[in-house]
Amino acid sequence: MARIVLDGLSKVYPGGVQAVSDVSLDIADGEMIVLVGPSGCGKSTLLRMVAGLETITGGTLTIGDRVVNGLEPAQRDIAMVFQNYALYPHMTVYNNLAYGLRNQGVDKAEIERRVQEAASMLQIGEYLDRKPRNLSGGQRQRVAMGRALVREPAAFLFDEPLSNLDAKLRVQMRVEIRQLQKRLKTTSLYVTHDQLEALTMADRLVVLNGGRIEQVGTPMELYSKPATVFVAGFIGSPAMNLIDMAYLRDSGIAPQALPSGTDLIGVRPDELLLTAPAEPHLALNGTVALLEPAGAESHIYVTLGGSDQPITVRIAGLPQVTEGAPITLYAALDGLHPFNSASGRRTG
Amino acid sequence: MQTKRMTFTNNRWLPYLLLAPQVTITLIFFVWPASQALWQSMLRQDPFGLRTTFVWFRNFERLFADPHYLVSMKTTLIFSVSTTLLAMSVSLLFAVMVNRMIRSRDAYTTFLVWPYAVAPAVAGVLWWFIFNPSVGILPYMLRGIGIEWNHRLESSHAMILVVIAAAWKQISYNFLFFLAGLQSIPQSLIEAAAIDGASRSKRFWTIVFPLLSPTTFFLMVVNIVYAMFDTFGVIHATTAGGPAQATNILVYKVYRDGFIGNNLGSSAAQSVVLMGIVIVLTVVQFRWIERRVNY
Amino acid sequence: MVENDRWGIFLAHLILIVGVAIVVFPVYVALIASTHAPGTFLQGVMPLLPGSHAIENYSTVIFEGRSNAGAPPIGLMLWNSFVMAMMIAVGKIAISLLSAFAIVYFRFRFRIFFFWIIFITLMLPVEVRIVPTYQVVANLGMLNSYWGLSIPLIASATATFLFRQFFMTVPEEMLEAARVDGAGPLKFFKDILLPLSVTNIAAMFVIMFIYGWNQYLWPLLVTNDEAYYTVVMGIQRMVTGADSEPLWHLVMATVVLAALPPILVILFMQRLFVKGLTETEK
Repeated sequence: MARIVLDGLSKVYPGGVQAVSDVSLDIADGEMIVLVGPSGCGKSTLLRMVAGLETITGGTLTIGDRVVNGLEPAQRDIAMVFQNYALYPHMTVYNNLAYGLRNQGVDKAEIERRVQEAASMLQIGEYLDRKPRNLSGGQRQRVAMGRALVREPAAFLFDEPLSNLDAKLRVQMRVEIRQLQKRLKTTSLYVTHDQLEALTMADRLVVLNGGRIEQVGTPMELYSKPATVFVAGFIGSPAMNLIDMAYLRDSGIAPQALPSGTDLIGVRPDELLLTAPAEPHLALNGTVALLEPAGAESHIYVTLGGSDQPITVRIAGLPQVTEGAPITLYAALDGLHPFNSASGRRTG
Repeated sequence: MQTKRMTFTNNRWLPYLLLAPQVTITLIFFVWPASQALWQSMLRQDPFGLRTTFVWFRNFERLFADPHYLVSMKTTLIFSVSTTLLAMSVSLLFAVMVNRMIRSRDAYTTFLVWPYAVAPAVAGVLWWFIFNPSVGILPYMLRGIGIEWNHRLESSHAMILVVIAAAWKQISYNFLFFLAGLQSIPQSLIEAAAIDGASRSKRFWTIVFPLLSPTTFFLMVVNIVYAMFDTFGVIHATTAGGPAQATNILVYKVYRDGFIGNNLGSSAAQSVVLMGIVIVLTVVQFRWIERRVNY
Repeated sequence: MVENDRWGIFLAHLILIVGVAIVVFPVYVALIASTHAPGTFLQGVMPLLPGSHAIENYSTVIFEGRSNAGAPPIGLMLWNSFVMAMMIAVGKIAISLLSAFAIVYFRFRFRIFFFWIIFITLMLPVEVRIVPTYQVVANLGMLNSYWGLSIPLIASATATFLFRQFFMTVPEEMLEAARVDGAGPLKFFKDILLPLSVTNIAAMFVIMFIYGWNQYLWPLLVTNDEAYYTVVMGIQRMVTGADSEPLWHLVMATVVLAALPPILVILFMQRLFVKGLTETEK
């Protein structure tokens, strides 16, 4: 149980590449923080810096009340779950779990107790004598979790732990990890490139881009009020539509009273309606390019005049529209996200 | 050259300690003698061993002017090329045949693989016995077709004997690599050629053999190195370089001139020449490995 | 492929059977010859069927040797060969594992330099630098000793390369997990890396044991005391020792004994051997 404070952390590789720049974050005890971003954004590097697997070249890192910059991973009181699990192939599941404890000098009875406890929590009790190669992907995942659990660490670090699982198992393990974490109340740092995983698991999520923090907040804060164009495009699926103000002005439908500097308008696909709402709204005329039924909902791709990037609309059920026919989309003015394209930031 | 993405840090002396045994042995038994050879190759002792003078490249000049050395070079060339050709063609034939088998593949492999374990010297003695003019089986059979076999007098007979002995031992090695090479050729390519109407032999020469060329090239270098340097035992245990220098290959000559002839300067110069040859062959081989990695 | 090529398959079997017969022939001849009485060879060509003197011949070479031809009992030579092969195989594997570990898992000054030093040994087989190497061993007083027979041969770039290649394929996360689990370098080496390398070590052992057993020139140079003769070099003395025709029945018994141990190693560990061989060279 510990608070983790990242204060101005930076990572510059010997070649001069800046992987992480000036990241500050205060993680409360028991909180689940998800680091999310596209590949190469520095999220894994940041996690590995916290773990002690990468040296920190600037800033200070505090776990609990200790500054741990110079400490070995084993001395930081953390546990890590790796993307490919990194189970020791020549050891049984039991020994995989026990190895770290033995290195700490924990006595035998205590090791036995902790391994059994973790095994029953993760339902891997019957596999303790097996080698990792005789386990399925999901079982290996649990063993990897178990190895972190038995250490009873101050913090869990997860490095894309679900990316090697198939879609169905991924959802199941996502739920299990979150439940377990809530039950144990262990501070956790979780890295993923999957925005849905990030939204569903996080207490707070941190969007990283180019080694810098774009925005920190609860999933709903980030979804409803993205601070930058990048976050707007990254969080939410299908991605937010971005419409150039110039087009609206040329069509004579530019809404009044937008914050100054706004030249880009964002609209979420589910905020676009086929019928006009009562409140003040924006009306866009276009052509249906493609209707994509997806079961409970459907996606309509609409091309606006003068723009080749189609707009995505998400509608419940299967709407009565014809491909190639004209269509009018309505968006309430309240639901619009105003941005400035030069700074990439929200204007209000 | 790569290391792991993450390496152990905070251990300043440990890596040196870990390397110490290997590096020490290498320095004492490889680097030092090799530099000695280099140094000695430029020295000459007077006949009584009292005075040593530094003579620059005179030993090399003499060496390349020495008809015996030139003959030995030619002998080495004939020996290496013949051994390589014989060992490689026979093992390619075996590998292609075994590759067609399904159930009997492992059985044949077992029978073909063990000569690797036989020492070159032992291989020499075995064939020396089979070819022995008085008790050997082959001379007896050859007499039947009118050939009087005597490798003690006939230069060409002696050469044939050592080539067969050296090639015999190398068949296993080549066979294993050819078989591995054949098995890595995608079956779909051969099937495509069959659909295109290529006959079996045409498929081999137009599809299989070209795709096998990396293996073939690699084995060629390995076989030449083997024939030039590892066959000392074959020669020494049988013909001892004779008759009349007919099988006196370079490696054997270094030994003879250095240990029996006691001509250190010349022997050292010969060592240096051999080192040059090995280095060239190793570089060729490594260039090839790099290229192979890249495609 | 659906192909009805009965004649082709038949021909292939025929070629292989003849081929195998030719490959096996020399050893068959040696086996047969080692079972005959000495007189057999004076009457001309050697027979192709076994004789009745097997036990007699083998016990002669193993226990008595032929002191008049300068050959001690083979029993002792077999033992020497075994000791030499074991020392070379174990020694090579041990020092190569350590240096490969250093080269792959550490970053330190002169790393590339050391790598090249080791690499050089690949280029210089003992055969090309016979005289100076002999002088070094003589100066160190290592002639006629097991150390002299084995140590100069145990620096091997081949094994170092194999282990380096293998270590590079061990997932990065293995080391990271071990570090999170609190294992230092030596603990990681002992608990994780060595157990993972077992197959490679065994494969290397087969190849290096055969390499050591089959050494010929080196024992010839550094031993002149019969107590340290190895069996492969001992044969040569029996063949060329006297002016008269060699005693073929005893020579062939010795040949069989000299060839048997490495052949058995190969046959019993064929899969490992093939793996070790084809992977080192790639």
